[in-house]
Amino acid sequence: MLPWTIYISFIGVLALMLLPREQPRAARLIALVTAVLGLAAAVAGILHHPGGFQPLVRAHWIPGLGIDFFLGADGISLVLVLLTGIASVTGILFSWNVEHRAKEFFAFYLALIGGVYGVFLSFDVFLLFVFYELAIIPKYFLIAIWGSTRREYGAMKLALYSFVGSAMVLVGIVAAYVVSGQHSTSLFDLAKFPFPPGFQYWAFPLVFIGFAILAGLWPFHTWAPTGHVAAPTAASMLLAGVVMKLGAYGALRVAMTLFPLGLQAWRNELGLLAVIGIVYGATVALVQKDFKFVIGYSSVSHMGFVLLGLVTINTIGLSGAVLQMFSHGIIAGLLFAVVGRMVYDRTHTRDLTQLEGMGLGRALPFAAATFAIAGFASMGLPGFSGFPAELQVLIGAWYAFPTLAVLAGLGILVGVAYTLRALQKSFFGDAEVTTENLEAHPLPPITIPEKIGAVILIGTTLVIGLCPSLLLNLIVPSFDLPLFDGLLRGGPR
Amino acid sequence: MNGHPLISIVTVTPLVGAVILAFLKPAHRRLAQGLALAFCLLGLLHAVMLWVNFDAASGQLQFVERANWIPSIGVQYFVGLDGLGLLMVLLTAFVTPVAILASWKIDHNAPRYYSLMLFLQAGLFGTFTALNFFHWFIFWELSLVPAFFLIKFWGGPGRSAAATQFFIYTMVGSVAMLLAFLAIYQAVGTFDFIDLAKQGSNGTLATALNAKYEGWHWLTRRQASYVIFGAVFLGFAVKVPLIPFHTWLPTTYAEAPTGTTMMLTGLMSKMGVYGFLRVLLPMFPAQMRYVQTPLLWLAVATIVCSACAAFAQKDLKRVFAYSSINHLGYCLLGIFAAVKLTGTEGQWGVEKAAALNGVLLQMFSHGLTAPMLFCFTGFLEERSGGARGLNDFGGLRKVAPVFCGLMGISIFASLGLPGLNGFVGEFLIFKGAFPLATWAAALSVIGLLVTAIFLLTVIQRVFNGPLNEKWAAMPDLDWRERFIVLPATALMFIIGLCPQIVIGAINTTVTQMVDQLKF
Repeated sequence: MLPWTIYISFIGVLALMLLPREQPRAARLIALVTAVLGLAAAVAGILHHPGGFQPLVRAHWIPGLGIDFFLGADGISLVLVLLTGIASVTGILFSWNVEHRAKEFFAFYLALIGGVYGVFLSFDVFLLFVFYELAIIPKYFLIAIWGSTRREYGAMKLALYSFVGSAMVLVGIVAAYVVSGQHSTSLFDLAKFPFPPGFQYWAFPLVFIGFAILAGLWPFHTWAPTGHVAAPTAASMLLAGVVMKLGAYGALRVAMTLFPLGLQAWRNELGLLAVIGIVYGATVALVQKDFKFVIGYSSVSHMGFVLLGLVTINTIGLSGAVLQMFSHGIIAGLLFAVVGRMVYDRTHTRDLTQLEGMGLGRALPFAAATFAIAGFASMGLPGFSGFPAELQVLIGAWYAFPTLAVLAGLGILVGVAYTLRALQKSFFGDAEVTTENLEAHPLPPITIPEKIGAVILIGTTLVIGLCPSLLLNLIVPSFDLPLFDGLLRGGPR
Repeated sequence: MNGHPLISIVTVTPLVGAVILAFLKPAHRRLAQGLALAFCLLGLLHAVMLWVNFDAASGQLQFVERANWIPSIGVQYFVGLDGLGLLMVLLTAFVTPVAILASWKIDHNAPRYYSLMLFLQAGLFGTFTALNFFHWFIFWELSLVPAFFLIKFWGGPGRSAAATQFFIYTMVGSVAMLLAFLAIYQAVGTFDFIDLAKQGSNGTLATALNAKYEGWHWLTRRQASYVIFGAVFLGFAVKVPLIPFHTWLPTTYAEAPTGTTMMLTGLMSKMGVYGFLRVLLPMFPAQMRYVQTPLLWLAVATIVCSACAAFAQKDLKRVFAYSSINHLGYCLLGIFAAVKLTGTEGQWGVEKAAALNGVLLQMFSHGLTAPMLFCFTGFLEERSGGARGLNDFGGLRKVAPVFCGLMGISIFASLGLPGLNGFVGEFLIFKGAFPLATWAAALSVIGLLVTAIFLLTVIQRVFNGPLNEKWAAMPDLDWRERFIVLPATALMFIIGLCPQIVIGAINTTVTQMVDQLKF
């Protein structure tokens, strides 16, 4: 079932292209059906997963170079595929009001989703890279055409950063292909090859940072806040929800799996960068005036936890990182949905000082409740998915570098502060709001699709928060696979 | 217990109520009141069932439920009760309905208010019954969120600042504690409070911590366990609070709506003391012993300074807020005195048992008295239209004799008059603490004295003296209000006259705690 997630998405793109212009209703309906089918395929695939690594499709693609169309899934892929499915469906629900060139909007949207599914299911390094690039291009158009504040700038910055990262990755994997001399780009074959330590020493940072740029690694994170702010709601939900995960996933799947010795050499520096990201992102979020910038920087901070979990190189930290990818995807999606769709589309301002006087808590009680829940989830409060994820990352970090774990704890505190501040200013300002005042400037009520989307996301973060085992049972055994021998157990090298 | 998961039922009942109430329309005020009360009484009923079925003679954990939750990091759903937990569950089950009745006049979005109160209650039940750190921490933090919103939306004029201050302060403690527990998990591989208590009392926990973190930065071999201890200590000290971590409390108590303040002072402050007894005392006896003198100084400072501060306040809510800090100071005095390293003679065991019995009793009786004081202040505020200054009233005895009589009983109970509940706890604490930590107990007597002075001042200024003409028409307590305060007042007498009811339930637990402390 799982490969169908990719195929369905691209079939949806084709269907949308065949649609005559100016039929936004039909366009969004097709998009929704496609996304729901994709999610259904993902869920069915997860339920039928036999455990361990499951090869899905393997066909020769460019035999001359040994490149295969090789799709497969282990627990980590499954978790991220599920995230993509949920994020894509809710993203469409929150774009229900897109009227301007709706057909193209949803076509780009589905192309992005298809690319993301592809990355998470590829077990051929070259194929993974192709899907990775495929995901970046629609991203650019989504922001540049449908974006808001300084959209050309945001889109260009995102594209440039991504391409620099991609170039680094490409150099790294081509070098790995040549050095291994195996005539295969399958992840399994490359992971088995003992790359010489001197090679790993420079190839690892190249590929890792190349991917991690997209995960918002400090100091290469600056595209993230501007990109998030410029993007239309659904795009920022996807950007924070799944695209940033592509970077972290690539770093784990390619850089860390292929070059474990390189990771050993650089882990302290990378751990430090991750923690700086956590604390810096949170601190900057604390002083933002634009509501969306607060959430944008909070994403940098939360992705810092993912990267910190990755470089701990122990099962607890790594599973925490994967869980955090999932959790942040859900929570960030929810936060951006509130800020971009529920608030900005109605008030046409994101300035926290202006919002403070609007009494949104009374005007939009549903949005206020959603943001309150999402905010507490984002703080990492127990009961929500962020808590077990950050807890595991911190446990893993305690093993590896206790000092950094303590600093990351500091980041959590600042996280509490900026979330409370945003909550206070946006929805629960102290300004007196009279009923007449509210009636004088009525805001459109929250629509049904928005409510459904919010309920799905809140439900997911609660379920995973209370029973993280649902996902951990998929994630943890994956690290026992031979693929991770080199990374976790010293392996054959 | 016939296989009924009683503890889970107790915890889930208010949660169900809270969710139902959250979906009611603001207009359904009556329905919300009825539902909230019904769920509280259901919780109380189950708590009483726990009490009836509790075997006080057995030292075992009772009503235990255990199931794997997140096996990969050793997290279990693990609940159970001993005497300490039972006492706190009973207190929570009793105080919440009273607090809800005392908030009967809330009319701004009432269903949401009651929903949050029930959430808070669920958080408290969970905290007092969970025995696995992860599980416990969920509820510990869960109780924070409803309290934040209750203060933020229904509080007084300075509510926003108060709510934020309260939240951030508590979070600082919580994060420190979380990191400490991660360090502990790292060293010994378990989150289980019972396991950790065992390892703590035989010293393996400290050894493991020291071995694990030796050489981490400046830490030498024996310091690591002290750093970890300090971080856990911070979490609980903020919650109780212990001076100098108390600055959030007066503002919070003064700004919160009356019903919420009752929950905060009666129950949430007990979470801190409970943590001292459940976590710190069994897990870090040697560490507490090592810093016993500074800890005792802090306890004395808490008792004396807060009493003096209460004396200086002009706002009744602030008077009672500081008095609340003062009374919890006695609990900490008892706990810190009990960690003293003593010989093997049986006499010391008796003194420690007395001190700890006193601590538990004091927790319970403060949990009754302090909410009542705030409840009465709330009644006064409702009548005076917000005025609650110490000097705003005078001679109320003439116009509202029932009010003054009943509030007088609470004040005297708080003051520690023999025959009322406050006396027994404080007496036992001092009986135990005098031989164990003579100087600290002696200095704390100053606190008792100042408490008497400021509480009598309240009686003097508010009840007696010439009648302030402004309040000549003040109505006395009506039947609803009398009904609210009656059960608590009756309990004050009952516990004051036969404390055996409570001590009987907790004595075995206390004996075990003393055993774990090792001589």
